[in-house]
Amino acid sequence: MMATPTLQKPVTESATTRRAPAASAAPVGGARRSSSLAIYFVALVLIGLMLAPVAYIILGGFRSNSEITLDPSGLPGEWNWANYGDVLGSGVFWGQVANSTIAAVATTLFVVVLGLMAAFALSRYAFRGRGAVYALFTAGLMFPMTVAITPLYILVRDLGLMNSLAGVIVPQIAFGLPVTIIVLVPFLSAIPKELQEAASIDGCSRLGFFWRMVLPLAVPGVITVGILAFVASWNSYMLPLFILNNDAAFTLPLGTQAFASQYSVDTAKVLAFTSLSMIPALIFFSLFERRIVGGLTGAVKG
Amino acid sequence: MATVTAPPLAPTPTQTAGPSTGATARRRRWATRGELALLLGPALVVFCGFVILPVAMAAYYGFFSWSGYGPAVDFVGIRNYVTILTDPDFHEALGHNVFIVVMSLVLQGPIALGLALLLNRKLRFQSVIRVLIFVPYVISEVVVGLGWGLMLQSSGAVNGLLDKVGLGAFAADWISEPGRAIWTLLVIITWKYIGFAVILFLAGLQGIPEELSEAAAIDGASFWQIQRHIVLPLLGPTVRIWAFLSIIGSLQLFDLVWIIWGQYVASTAGTSTMATYMVANGRNAGSYGYGSAVAVVMFLISLAVALLYQRFVLRRDTAGALTGSSK
Repeated sequence: MMATPTLQKPVTESATTRRAPAASAAPVGGARRSSSLAIYFVALVLIGLMLAPVAYIILGGFRSNSEITLDPSGLPGEWNWANYGDVLGSGVFWGQVANSTIAAVATTLFVVVLGLMAAFALSRYAFRGRGAVYALFTAGLMFPMTVAITPLYILVRDLGLMNSLAGVIVPQIAFGLPVTIIVLVPFLSAIPKELQEAASIDGCSRLGFFWRMVLPLAVPGVITVGILAFVASWNSYMLPLFILNNDAAFTLPLGTQAFASQYSVDTAKVLAFTSLSMIPALIFFSLFERRIVGGLTGAVKG
Repeated sequence: MATVTAPPLAPTPTQTAGPSTGATARRRRWATRGELALLLGPALVVFCGFVILPVAMAAYYGFFSWSGYGPAVDFVGIRNYVTILTDPDFHEALGHNVFIVVMSLVLQGPIALGLALLLNRKLRFQSVIRVLIFVPYVISEVVVGLGWGLMLQSSGAVNGLLDKVGLGAFAADWISEPGRAIWTLLVIITWKYIGFAVILFLAGLQGIPEELSEAAAIDGASFWQIQRHIVLPLLGPTVRIWAFLSIIGSLQLFDLVWIIWGQYVASTAGTSTMATYMVANGRNAGSYGYGSAVAVVMFLISLAVALLYQRFVLRRDTAGALTGSSK
């Protein structure tokens, strides 16, 4: 596969020309070095493939429409900041940024708080039905929102939450809980019981133990689920599509799509709008990428 | 999910030593119950109210012909289901879903494994490379759909580039040509979701003790022998979990198809899925009863697949690595 045609490969550091890092123990022979070069080459090609469409969107925002029509795969002839300027100067864009931010922050906050509480109960209390409750949340993992969307829409409508961010936030919390709980439980059960015993001897209640011991130690897991919830909410499309019909309530994905169909002749501006809308999730993710891999490690290992 | 094992219970909190009176024990039991209700209650209420209840509602409304307003009174029995199961459009959509399930596994699995093994080595710029590989996974379906849609249209960048490099003969109508469109969709899906597979595999690889590979290297095993005979088998549980999530995701595919193709083109270009069929014939047609019935069919198909997968594939992994059970 990878029939994906590459566009201009973004100028990355020419890793291929650098020498392979000397592997610690292995003999640094010629064969070894050339295989490392091959690896860097493969990595470079892949990165080119992964980034080309993103580069197309971002660079396209700097071009003019006539340029895009004449030479759809070219680079900007002269850098044209007007498209980005227009988008950044429009109240519509910032309104959608605000809506997306509110939805993502509220979703993340509640998913993390409710998930932590539930995961704490599931990992630190022995009670009848514990297995059943855990299985219930796990089952939720298997059914994304798609199968529930029609009745979910009816439910939200009957609750009078149409066209309000709350109508998006609450279902997102519900559907975010399974992953959150499943990732957090191993973190919470990992804290040795001696610590808890010591705490209880010192007169610390289980809830006190939760605040003072469990929470600080679960931070890596919390960051992981927090990022996942934030990015999922930021990018969420189907639920807002059903719930938000009013321009003023649009989140960025809906707004971007509406902008694209409204200004379909102004490709350059659409590309500028699109690239601006993806920036926050990208920043968020690249800041915490390492944490995500680390947090999932716990969950995958079990 | 009877097959799911609950996670290990970490602590057996020390019951206070010494004899305690019945009253204190009872009070403590009630206190524990209160704590449990406080901790579990909110999550359970939200989860049951907005995940379980809608699924149950779909099961109910699926038996009605209902326009979505007022009480559902027009009970039609299984007529909705008969219509779905005999509708050629649904068969087509289901066929597309099955194709996407299979091809996603076939395409993404090997590529993601290769990438993860590659990125797990000590490389210069390793962290930069990792972040960049995940970029497509992090940007939204709308951005992906709009960007690829513009690139792939007849007068788009892809055809333009092909022209430039002298491969103009291969230029095509990537989006709306029936038969070709679904391959286009697959390429976009692979591009978008492979980062997720790589993240999971990398997480799994970090759980494999380095000593194993080092010992094998000392015994003279080559890099590829180590990957093939030590790393891959140990990564098995992670791969099986990823495959499961990928299958469920492919069965529910909606966003990308809806954004790039929309309701009408999707069916003529041959990229419709069960979910786009559901929205087109349910909500957009004002038939909420019918849409609910389609949701139930999708639910049952996913459930059957999930149970079969758990029974025959995940069984070996002590009920699944992602379910958090201990080894």
